Amino acid sequence: MSQKKVVYLDNNATTPVDPRVVEAMLPYFTEHFGNAASRNHPYGWAAEEGVDYGREQVAKLIGASPKEIIFTSGATESDNLAIKGVFEMYARKGNHIITVNTEHKAVLDTCKALEKKGAEVTYLSVKPDGMLDLEELKAAIKPNTILVSVMWANNETGVIQDMEAIGKICEEAGVLFFTDATQAAGKVPIDVKKMGIHLLAMSAHKMYGPKGIGALYVRRRNPRVKVTAQMHGGGHERGMRSGTLNVPGIVGFGKAAEIALAEMETEAKRLAKLRDRLESELLKIEETYLNGHKENRMPHVTNISFKHVEGEGLMMTFNKHLSVSSGSACTSASLEPSYVLLAYGLGSDLAHSSIRFSLGRFTTEEDIDMTIAELRRGTQHMRDLSPIWEMYKDGIDLNAVKWTEH
Amino acid sequence: MAYSEKLIDHFENPKNVGTLDKNEKNVGTGLVGAPECGDVMRLQIQVNEETGIIEDAKFKTFGCGSAIASSSLATEWLKGKSIDEALDIDNMDIVEELALPPVKIHCSVLAEDAIKGAIEDYKAKNAED
Repeated sequence: MSQKKVVYLDNNATTPVDPRVVEAMLPYFTEHFGNAASRNHPYGWAAEEGVDYGREQVAKLIGASPKEIIFTSGATESDNLAIKGVFEMYARKGNHIITVNTEHKAVLDTCKALEKKGAEVTYLSVKPDGMLDLEELKAAIKPNTILVSVMWANNETGVIQDMEAIGKICEEAGVLFFTDATQAAGKVPIDVKKMGIHLLAMSAHKMYGPKGIGALYVRRRNPRVKVTAQMHGGGHERGMRSGTLNVPGIVGFGKAAEIALAEMETEAKRLAKLRDRLESELLKIEETYLNGHKENRMPHVTNISFKHVEGEGLMMTFNKHLSVSSGSACTSASLEPSYVLLAYGLGSDLAHSSIRFSLGRFTTEEDIDMTIAELRRGTQHMRDLSPIWEMYKDGIDLNAVKWTEH
Repeated sequence: MAYSEKLIDHFENPKNVGTLDKNEKNVGTGLVGAPECGDVMRLQIQVNEETGIIEDAKFKTFGCGSAIASSSLATEWLKGKSIDEALDIDNMDIVEELALPPVKIHCSVLAEDAIKGAIEDYKAKNAED
């Protein structure tokens, strides 16, 4: 590998750990290595103190009280615990769950698993801009509905749902509201009380913290929410998630949350400016399209389709210098492109042509300049090679061509 | 997933990119795949009517790096071969030459289909002779 820096615009996949976070974590691997559940000696007390502080910092990020934070291994576990835990705990009240077909697989696959166990699940679709139709949501609520699960911000497009309105609908209907806020937490302001959220999932590694640590917010008042444990053992985390606490992880998560909150406003402005420049330059390339709502969106994400260019091939033109991700999965295992973009109503061809750019804390002006240049060059290379670009240029109606599906 | 040097070279410096006149009698065109599936290959051969040898081959491909490299390699192999020799090109030869990972084997299958499609088209055009 060359020493030259590879520009990283895939911060929705994961983020580097902030050096300030690493620094905060280090003592908890060696000096303060104790088990936070060891109540009777100083090693345990030091670990517990670290956990308590981390819990406070994480709670503060979302406007919760520390007692409402359940630490998990990450957002996937939090999603599982929230949905399965509610389904089991509220079985007497009903078995109907409402979610959206653009949710993360950790939510969708959990719901599918519950369908085999007697759950009735409604998968709502979204409008072409990625927004949920709130009237459809209202209409989907039934007497046996126990949970509405809507992600805060979409991982592929950054589109943000109207959380406050959804919270109000759930409150009026008396159903629980869970949100997977993995992408949103630490990036946009979150106030669980104001938004009427009962459960919220998040993960440290999307906000410059370490991998392997996440949390589930479980509301304690008005109403008091409970979830059935999915992991049994020592009764940690108020009995909702057993297992020795990942003390360095929690300390790092806390520090990451603290930094994210302190820098959120200035960082969001800086990133939106960079993102907007990147986006407007890329949209100047012929036949490129923005995917998702232009306004209701996280400040650091843009998802663009480069028509008649296959995303994975396009990435290969610059992947030695630039890391992004594509909505195209050209493998024998899955020829299906992004289900999120298909749910937005995109044709498979445009979904195969999509690239997601997710900027982050360490993204610079130069990174954006370089990305614009690489995408211009790469798109040109791929279009020079593309038979369908040639056909399009010759005025051939591609929909009239008889293709051989394979 | 790291790709082989040969694959990357065919992707970055593809051989025989272009278009032959599909209306010429000695040109055969194979168009396989679909935009919805994420890959479309168009492979063309130009046959010397005296010798029956493929004297030129061109391609254009919409697809991933493996699909582009597979078609670039196919055009290289086609040039100088007779029609019968060309029909012997097997997708597994492409897999081996480019060290395609298992998830990309379908790209080589597509290339073989494109070769066969081009030959069929050429044969159909020249059948009445």
